[in-house]
Parts: sequence; structure tokens; C-alpha cells
Amino acid sequence: MKVLVPVKRVIDYNVKVRVKADQTGVELANVKMSMNPFDEISIEEAIRLKEAGHAEEVIAVSVGVQQCQETIRTALAMGADRGIHVVHDGDIEPLVVAKILKELVDKEGPSIVIVGKQAIDDDSNQTGQMLAALLGWGQATFVSKVEIEGDSIKATREVDGGLETISVMLPAVLTTDLRLNEPRYASLPNIMKAKKKPIEQFTPVELGVDPSCRIEILKVAEPPTREAGVKVSDVGELVDKLRNTAKVI
Amino acid sequence: MALAEDFTIEEKEEQERMVLESVDRFLERDVEPFAHELEADDTYPQEIVEKMIDMGLFGATIGTEYGGLGLSVSTYAKIVERVSTVWMSVSGIFNSHLIMAAAVERSGTEEQKAKWLPRFASGELRGGIALTEPDAGTDLQGIRTRADKSGNGYALNGAKTWISNAVEGGVLAILAKTNPEAEPRHKGMSLFLVEKSSEFKVDKRMKKLGYKGIDSGEFVMEDLFVPGENLIGGTEGRGLQQILGGLELGRINVAARGVGIAKACLLKSVEYSQLRKTFGKPISEHQSIQIKLADMATQVESARLLTEQAALAYDMGERCDMEAGMAKLVASEAALSNSLEAMRIHGAYGYSKEFDIERYYRDAPLLAIGEGTNELQKLIIAKQLLARYPV
Ligand SMILES: Cc1cc2nc3c(=O)[nH]c(=O)nc-3n(C[C@H](O)[C@H](O)[C@H](O)COP(=O)(O)OP(=O)(O)OC[C@H]3O[C@@H](n4cnc5c(N)ncnc54)[C@H](O)[C@@H]3O)c2cc1C
Repeated sequence: MKVLVPVKRVIDYNVKVRVKADQTGVELANVKMSMNPFDEISIEEAIRLKEAGHAEEVIAVSVGVQQCQETIRTALAMGADRGIHVVHDGDIEPLVVAKILKELVDKEGPSIVIVGKQAIDDDSNQTGQMLAALLGWGQATFVSKVEIEGDSIKATREVDGGLETISVMLPAVLTTDLRLNEPRYASLPNIMKAKKKPIEQFTPVELGVDPSCRIEILKVAEPPTREAGVKVSDVGELVDKLRNTAKVI
Repeated sequence: MALAEDFTIEEKEEQERMVLESVDRFLERDVEPFAHELEADDTYPQEIVEKMIDMGLFGATIGTEYGGLGLSVSTYAKIVERVSTVWMSVSGIFNSHLIMAAAVERSGTEEQKAKWLPRFASGELRGGIALTEPDAGTDLQGIRTRADKSGNGYALNGAKTWISNAVEGGVLAILAKTNPEAEPRHKGMSLFLVEKSSEFKVDKRMKKLGYKGIDSGEFVMEDLFVPGENLIGGTEGRGLQQILGGLELGRINVAARGVGIAKACLLKSVEYSQLRKTFGKPISEHQSIQIKLADMATQVESARLLTEQAALAYDMGERCDMEAGMAKLVASEAALSNSLEAMRIHGAYGYSKEFDIERYYRDAPLLAIGEGTNELQKLIIAKQLLARYPV
């Protein structure tokens, strides 16, 4: 079976994100970009499925600007077999990505799509769920363990208050949580070889998807900075401040 | 030794970025958490070596036709810098291995390249270079190890000391005199690849101030037989040139280590000075600390730029003994002074075995001694300078 894995190019998790002066978004110029960490986990899981003999082919997909090819090549260097780049400049929303992925699923016929549970840039946590709905497939979200059992998947999910184990029929959409695995880093020979692996290109329109946005971002602002605390000398002053300054009691 | 021909500049840049990112991950995950303990016990980092084999690091600069990565020396220097930022000893395990490989790739016969380089590149056979002797370091022409014709090969007699990877490695490139009477003396020197065997074992590890974990070995050769086919290049009398050509790479390599240590000391000091408070404010707000930070940062940048410049010249195939010498000199001195300044900034914590600063402080002096002492670098620089600008 084939496994399809979307990989998103996002600001590297080590970078201190800065809001643009005109508050239209965050500063992207000269900022280190990397693969969304949740997507690395997805790629790793897909490669493990291949190594365990469950999958024959792992396809990495990225939607976005030209440089997304680098993100795809990172996936190829880790062990994905080929890439698909859906070229799009400008903002793109989860629903559009889900629609694009649906078209690619129809084209490629994978049995599993492994999606990061969210991207660390806008934390939407929507694409996987929307894709499952568009496809009419079962889904296991926030998975921390995946076992293939015949034509279904036993997945452990991280939910409030504990772990839930569910079984979903294949084909299915999985969304990955942080504890699913520790993604490998690419070996240097594999980085060199990744260049030889094919990357196909499409535009959203070629796939029959209208990429226009339905959400307008009005303003992006820094969270307010925390102000320094004050020291109080005794309980009396504390109570007074809580009552009259903070007005919480 | 450039990247394979069919890559564009953008692709090379992307590949370099991806390579360095993977190296960072490797360091973060497989070196950093273990470095402190391994170094404290002077333990050979066997598991890290296994990871480096998987990473392909032992073939970093070896040509792709021999199964290496064919990385440019510029990229390679950036790898060495990063590794040394975390733990310099780890870089030594592949650095002198690759200097040995470079000597074979540049000067070996076709048969020798085909026979040895794939095994070097995969990391299956790892080694180093054995030049220094108890009585000769800087003055390599004064070595006493002899290689006398014996049957279809040579018999080696002599002693080598301070040889990196001599105990743990499987092969060494040994410099010996095939004609002790030759004038000039270097015309009587040859380089041999000698594999470990029941006749050739190295057990003695030198005890040292720093550069722990990696082995520095000492050994005596008594009628050690080496097959004639192991004479690098197949012709006697070229050993010194063969190894000195590799030392430019070695010097860029040491320079990159210096940049790494100097940078690590700077970054730790920048961080610590903002956290540590005295007299009601972070010490980074005291002017005397700021002056230290400024000097340290300037040293890092000048060392880094000189190193990059030497590496670029090397990649272009230009003569770069002067550039490599300058880079080595400035970067190793930067490492030395930054490690001491970092110690001052960290106060007692800098002196403590629980933190890394004292390790950088112990590791840095090697850079002023190895691959040609800094005194020697100045002689090389001056000689080149006078030769380039004759009156
Ligand atoms: C940890 C470690 C690892 C090493 N690894 C290796 C290795 O893998 N392979 C290897 O072959 N060697 C290795 N060495 C040896 C190293 O290369 C030598 O120590 C170095 O070349 C200096 O030689 P020396 O120690 O004999 O010093 P000497 O040559 O005795 O020098 C002593 C002093 O005299 C100065 N001096 C010498 N000649 C001149 C001159 N003409 N003008 C001005 N000053 C001069 C030197 O700069 C130095 O200050 C290693 C050394 C160490 C400490």
C-alpha cells in the first residue's frame, strides 16, 4: 500500500518569531524555515510502516511556495520515495489544503494519509479532520501509537485525561502527536541521493481546486509582555493589593 | 573533491543547509547529552562513532566515485566547526582519518585508490596519520623511522608518538625514511599505509590535559613488514610532499575547530552574563564584561572569515598554505583566549568540572600545537609573504 504524507514548511521551532511592523503577519524574511515538527513525525511513521513491510511507497506532499521543495527533499532524504509539490504563492487555508490533498488521494490511491495534528505556525489543527470528511474515510487523530492489524489500524490517541485506543478501518487518515516517535535525521549520503528522487509539480487549479482564501486576517499582534511583579512586606499589604489593585477578592 | 558536477549552485547551497541541519540534529541528540561523562572518564565514544558511520561522516571529503560524499572543504569546515562547538574530540576521529584519505586520493595510484578509498569512505576502515616521533614533531625531516627494502616490501623500524586514532583505528599512514642519506632530506621520505594485524598493534594511550575520549597512541615498530604495494603513490621519496599537501586541509580543519570552541565560549558567556547578577544587575551590564564579550565576538568572526576564505581557496584548487596558516593561527588563538575569557566571565562555575567551560579551556591549547605549532604557522605565513612580494 501507499502512504501519503503532507509536509509543511514553517518557521523553525528554534526561531523567536517576530510580528511584522504593519501587523499583517509574522516576519518571514531571512528567517530559518524547516519542516513542521509534527510532519517529521508523520514521515518517520510512514517510513517505519515501509520498513516493517506494511507500505510499499511513501509520498511526501507540500503545498506552497517554490522553497517547499526543500521541505520535500528533507522528507526524501529521511526516506520518502518521491514528492509532489503543489505550487502556490501566498496564504493558504486548511480547507484548501484538505481539498488539494483529497485530489491527490484520488490520483494516487494511498491507503493511509498521515498528517501532523497541527502546524506550529498557525496551530489550526484542522487539515487532517477536514480531509477525512472530504474523503469519507475514518480518522484517528492525535495518535501516539499505531499498529496495523489486517485491514484496520489500532491507534492509541492522546485525549484529555488519558489514552484512548481505537480501531479504524483502512483507508484512513491519521494525525500525529508528539509522542508517536522520535524522527530520524537524514544521513548525509541520503541527503545527496534525495536530489535524484522525483518531485512532481502541480498548481491547485490543475488539480481543480480554487486556492482563494475565505478568511481575512485583520491583525497579528504580539502577546502583551508580562509585567514585573511587586514584593509585598506583609499579609496586610497583600490582602489590600489583592482587593484594591488587582480587584480579585 | 567538489560536489558531483550535475548540481547547480542553489542545489549545492540547499544540500549544504540540509547537511548542516542533520549534523546539528546528530550533535543535539547523540553527542551533547553524552559528551560530559565520556570526556570526564576519558572514554572512547564508540556509540558516537557508530552514529558517525551511519551519518557518512568518514567519507565527507572523499570523492563520490569512491563512495564518499565529495563535500567541498567549505562545507566540511562548517561541519567541523559545529562538532567542535559541542565536543572537539569527536571531530578528531574523522579529521585525521580524512587527512589520511586525502593523501591517498591525491597521491595514490589508481589501484590504491580503488582498494582503500571505498573502505575509508564507508568508515569500515578508519585511521589517521603517523608523523610525529619522540624526537621529532615540527622538524619532520628529522624523523628516524626507517623503511628498508625487504622481500617484496619494506621493513619499518622506529617509534611514533601522539598519533590520533592509533589505538582505535584500523590503519595508519606512517611517514618513514626510505633513504636516510638523501639530500635534501625530504627526498628520502615515503608514506606507507599500514593496516593493523597480529604484528601491528597499538595499546599505549597518552594521558593528556584535554582532547579526551579520542585516543592518542604511541608505538614502536621492529622490522614491521609492509607490502610494497602500500607505498603511497608507488614511488619512494615523495612522502613529505604527500603529507604536507594534506596538512593544508588539516590546518583548515584545526581552524574550524578553533572557530567552534571560540564560538561555544562566546555563546555560553553571552547567555550566562545575562543571567548572573551582581550588585543588583546582570553582569552583562557591567562594562568590563561587555568589553570581554565584544572582543570575544570579534575574534570569532575574524577566525570564521579567515577559515571560510582558506576553505574557499582550497576548493578552488588555489595555493592556500598562507591562508590556511593564518586561519589556523587566528582561530586557535581565538579559542585559547575565548576559553579563558569565558572562564573569567563564569567565575567559579567556569572553573567547575560540572560545566563545559573548563573543558574548552583544556581542549583549546592543542589547537596551538597540533597540525604545525602556531610558531611554525608564522614562519609559513612570513615565508609566503616574502615570496609573493619580492623586491
Ligand atoms: C593531542 C595530540 C594529538 C596529536 N595527533 C597527532 C597525529 O595524529 N599525528 C601526528 O603525526 N602527530 C600528532 N601530534 C603531534 C603534533 O603534531 C606535534 O606535537 C606538533 O607537530 C609539535 O611537535 P613537537 O611536540 O615535537 O614540538 P617541537 O617540534 O619539539 O616544538 C617545541 C617548540 O619549539 C617551537 N619550534 C620548533 N621549531 C621551530 C622553529 N623552526 N622556529 C621557531 N619555533 C620552533 C615549536 O613551535 C614549539 O613551541 C599530536 C599532538 C597532540 C598533543
